Amino acid sequence: MGQFGRAPDRKTLTPKLEEMLEIFSGISDRGERAEMLIELADQFKEVPEHIARRPFPEAHRVQRCESEAYVWAELLADGTLKYHFAVENPQGISARAMAVILDEALSGTLPEAAEAVPADICFTFFGKELSMGKGQGLMGMVTLLKGLARQLQLARERSGQ
Amino acid sequence: MSQVQASSEIKERGYKNAEILVSTDWVAEHRNDPGLRLVESNEDMLLYPSGHIPGAVQVDWTGDLNDQLCRDYIDGERFAALMKRIGVTPDTTVVFYGDKSNWWAAYALWVFRLFGHEKVKLMDGGRLKWEMEGREMTREVPAYQPTEYPVRQRDDQKIRAFRDEVHQHVKAGKKLVDVRSTPEFTGERLHMEDYPNEGALRGGHIPGARSVPWARAINPDNGTFKTAEELKAIYEQEQGLSSSDEVVVYCRIGERSSHTWFVLTELLGYPNVRNYDGSWTEWGNSVGLPIEKP
Repeated sequence: MGQFGRAPDRKTLTPKLEEMLEIFSGISDRGERAEMLIELADQFKEVPEHIARRPFPEAHRVQRCESEAYVWAELLADGTLKYHFAVENPQGISARAMAVILDEALSGTLPEAAEAVPADICFTFFGKELSMGKGQGLMGMVTLLKGLARQLQLARERSGQ
Repeated sequence: MSQVQASSEIKERGYKNAEILVSTDWVAEHRNDPGLRLVESNEDMLLYPSGHIPGAVQVDWTGDLNDQLCRDYIDGERFAALMKRIGVTPDTTVVFYGDKSNWWAAYALWVFRLFGHEKVKLMDGGRLKWEMEGREMTREVPAYQPTEYPVRQRDDQKIRAFRDEVHQHVKAGKKLVDVRSTPEFTGERLHMEDYPNEGALRGGHIPGARSVPWARAINPDNGTFKTAEELKAIYEQEQGLSSSDEVVVYCRIGERSSHTWFVLTELLGYPNVRNYDGSWTEWGNSVGLPIEKP
């Protein structure tokens, strides 16, 4: 069996992410799932100009994502992170939904919180019908976010904060 | 652009069966015609419910067209039930469109053809072009009067190929087109990262296959098909295919290759093209089947 059905270890997840996972885990109806994800996608806010302007740097581009998604992590004064996203493909609605999920679940937490998030968490939100190509892109968003958080965490550790 | 201009613009591209391709203008003018049904088929399950062409119904490649227990398509009874649900009769002209430059729309069209539904068309440029042109979209899901549709068994002989048939095809030295990306063709990429169990055990391609990634057939700026002359330059001058060839096309699961099947069969008029939907996920994992690497 592949890893699609694997439940993430919720003990190490943020309470908000745990709560969102709980909600989505209970959805068996595809229509209801789609409706909830579209509602999330409708809340998408693009990266503010003080963080990034077009053309967005390649270092922030999600690999293997056909929706041309970008991710940034902003270190706030209290040591927590605020995550930002851009989705350049107008049809990238799943990427926009995933961005809102990650922002809601992880913004305002310390960098370590991102470390606990498994990349395949997207399958819990989007369901097992998620195509291989789409799953690849959404997992890429999580992977890049974790990498950016890790970089900031290491920088913080090096500076002794 | 008027309907006549739109139609003539497609006709001027020199396709063998130009009638099968319709423009976004044509769809805008004809979408409410009796006897016509718009069908959206996407990879992304969120796209249709987030907005679609008014009057369009959704046909989902996993939920509607594939058997849920056997790796195969639905049978005649379930196809008839699907047609009844979306209000299609044997006389209805079904116009397909979708995301990814009509990957899944071409796949759905191909499956409809397996059941002998011949009145099919594809909207050139797909969903992206319609959206780029700022045309009307809605989230309202239409409901149509259920229709009567006869139960027809699938004809898997003419346009579909199975593993053993492909093996014989290879042994006979006949033409194959691998429409996957170059890294998939060369074997550099076996599967999606982190998911080794969901790809294929071996990387490479079916022996003798020519590599022509599906996207070469479209104009990347708006997803429309290239002209017949441009397509012939790729498939014939460059790859040595001819309309007299028996050709098998394949990809990973048969969806991208449906797009190339459409190009070769409908736009260039090749009479003997079959889509191997088992594709690399079957061939690359099968015991005893040869593969080739560059």
